[in-house]
Amino acid sequence: MKLRDMTELAVRNLREAMLRNSLTTLGVAVGVASLVAMLSLGVGLQQLANSRLTKSGLFDSIFVTPKTNLRGPGGGPPATRQPAAKARPLDADARAEIARLPDVIEVYPQIRFFTEVRFDGKPFATTVAGMPESSKSSGAFDGMQGSFFSSATAEEAILQIELAKELTGDTSGQAAKDPSGKDRMGRGLIGKDLVLRYAERQALPAEGGDGGGFGGFSVVPREKHLRIVGIVETEPASGFGGFGSGRLLIPLDVAETLRAAQINDLRDILRDTPSDKPSYASLTVRVKSPSQVDATEAKIKEMGFGAFSLLDASKSLRIFFSVFDLLLGIFGSLALAVATLGIINTLVMAILERRREIGVLKALGAADSDVRQLFFVEAGVMGFSGGLLGVFFGWLIGRALTLGTNIYLKRQDLPGVDIAAIPWWLFAGAIGFAVFVSLVAGLYPASRAAKLNPVDALRYE
Amino acid sequence: MPTETSATPPAIHLEQVSRQYAMGESAIRAVDDVSLTVPKGEFLALLGSSGSGKSTLLNLMAGLDRPTSGAIHAAGRNLAELSALELARYRRHTIGMVFQSFNLLPRMTLEENVELPLRLAEVERGERATRVREALDRVKLSKRTGHRPSELSGGEQQRTAIARALVNRPQILLADEPTGNLDSATGETIMNLLREIQSAGMTIVMVTHERPLAERFADRLAIMGDGKLLTTSPAQKSGGAQ
Repeated sequence: MKLRDMTELAVRNLREAMLRNSLTTLGVAVGVASLVAMLSLGVGLQQLANSRLTKSGLFDSIFVTPKTNLRGPGGGPPATRQPAAKARPLDADARAEIARLPDVIEVYPQIRFFTEVRFDGKPFATTVAGMPESSKSSGAFDGMQGSFFSSATAEEAILQIELAKELTGDTSGQAAKDPSGKDRMGRGLIGKDLVLRYAERQALPAEGGDGGGFGGFSVVPREKHLRIVGIVETEPASGFGGFGSGRLLIPLDVAETLRAAQINDLRDILRDTPSDKPSYASLTVRVKSPSQVDATEAKIKEMGFGAFSLLDASKSLRIFFSVFDLLLGIFGSLALAVATLGIINTLVMAILERRREIGVLKALGAADSDVRQLFFVEAGVMGFSGGLLGVFFGWLIGRALTLGTNIYLKRQDLPGVDIAAIPWWLFAGAIGFAVFVSLVAGLYPASRAAKLNPVDALRYE
Repeated sequence: MPTETSATPPAIHLEQVSRQYAMGESAIRAVDDVSLTVPKGEFLALLGSSGSGKSTLLNLMAGLDRPTSGAIHAAGRNLAELSALELARYRRHTIGMVFQSFNLLPRMTLEENVELPLRLAEVERGERATRVREALDRVKLSKRTGHRPSELSGGEQQRTAIARALVNRPQILLADEPTGNLDSATGETIMNLLREIQSAGMTIVMVTHERPLAERFADRLAIMGDGKLLTTSPAQKSGGAQ
């Protein structure tokens, strides 16, 4: 029999015992729903973690240091490290060279210095960090009060909330604990000016006065007026590849023009590798995607710099989520396994009820394979319908979980997240799996139906 | 009436056919060494008391059962040697079957019941509609195509079953007590229909225990008893077929 005719007959047969078959299909749907809900949760959490980590710049970034400065993994304890005789300085030339590497989209220094700000005539000690323009999309500024820098060169500042508390005198943090207090704090700070006092590095000519050498640098006190444009609650990612911890955040371009003296300036002088060009303690190199990190990291090492990335951590994360998904899938499949028993039961009952019909079909010329396929298709139709319904139920469960989570997060004054996701492979895979499991469940009944002796079946009352 | 000596090969030829069933440690011979030839176009009535083996013999001719020994030649092949799939094809294309209890599928309409053998034979949809219409016209039920079997009388159901048996244009029609569940008037109508079908060239083998009907409508009677073929004789046609 042709598949179309077979399917028509199967659907007609299923419609005849509507209640029983609907309940069986519902059993499959519940099984699939539990599987889909579990896996969509796993996938959603993985996507959430990936997107957060990707936005944070941790996994598409390489942390570059001068060879002698590498204190990251692989460097070994300081006592065992061989000091490089003439390490290549990590200066503007090196930065430009790294920026020219293929797949590199951004190279920026970590500018971070301890200094003083004056607000309302009072001095406050704090750490200033330069933020690249790309940090706007890192997710670190989601839900901030006010706005991000209006441009890369704007003389503006974003305050980390701890500093904001100090500036407003709310050292106990009481005002920041409720939304109205935060609004008040924002109104009291955003739009106002503060004065950044810092030490500018100025190069000195070499001793002997021939004018050609570099004789160190002097430190000159400077001031910069900055307008407060926002307050951010989280501390934008610090550490490798991040933007450096800082309580007063200013545009990176502005931070660079300050030429503020940093710790490595002093170190360069002591190590007798001074240069009149500013050198960087470290550079963060961002590539187009995490897959290009390895190759770029190797090229940077060839250039004579130390390089480190968190890609290995990303791989571990993927392995963790694969195992997590597998376990969720196994637990989710248990309900589907129970549903297969329902299919077997339904089809065995159908054989008993339709024994005579099977005899008639055989008398009319149906081969054993036709009868087998008919029951197989019936099992498949139940599996497909159950799968489709199950994916819908699973999606609903995922939405409900996301809704519940977001209500909770909103109460905690945190931005909403999507913790469940049904990618196309999960949609198709769940339906395919439901059909497959149903066909396996239909194997025994179909085989039993096919083997019925037509003479006995026709005699059956 | 065609005779056994005609030059054309017979529709069915049975050679020392036996069918034995195991019943515990003993064996029951439902059909015992039966040899019989049914020429093409003949209307043969298999008569006998209950348990005489006539239905078993019909099932063997239909390829629904296999003989324990002997050969059944139909459509140029020995059914005893065919595989299950080949027997299914034989039932699909060579024979049509009519049962005492009609055996229509209750959830299908009359039209769908008649269409069923065509689906099994993988006949194209357009062709199917034509053939179903023709078959239903032949049994004069073309106006009740959308009805379900439960909405039809016994006679109409049997006519539908005959239409279903004919729709694949078989060479042989095998009928197992086709009038057994019908009143005498309706039974006579069905017999007239079978006779009409036979007159168009169909070979018919009918199992019945109603000798008068068989005498009136069949060409030849084969009497069975205890699984054996006791006698074959031409029908007397005392009442005459209409």
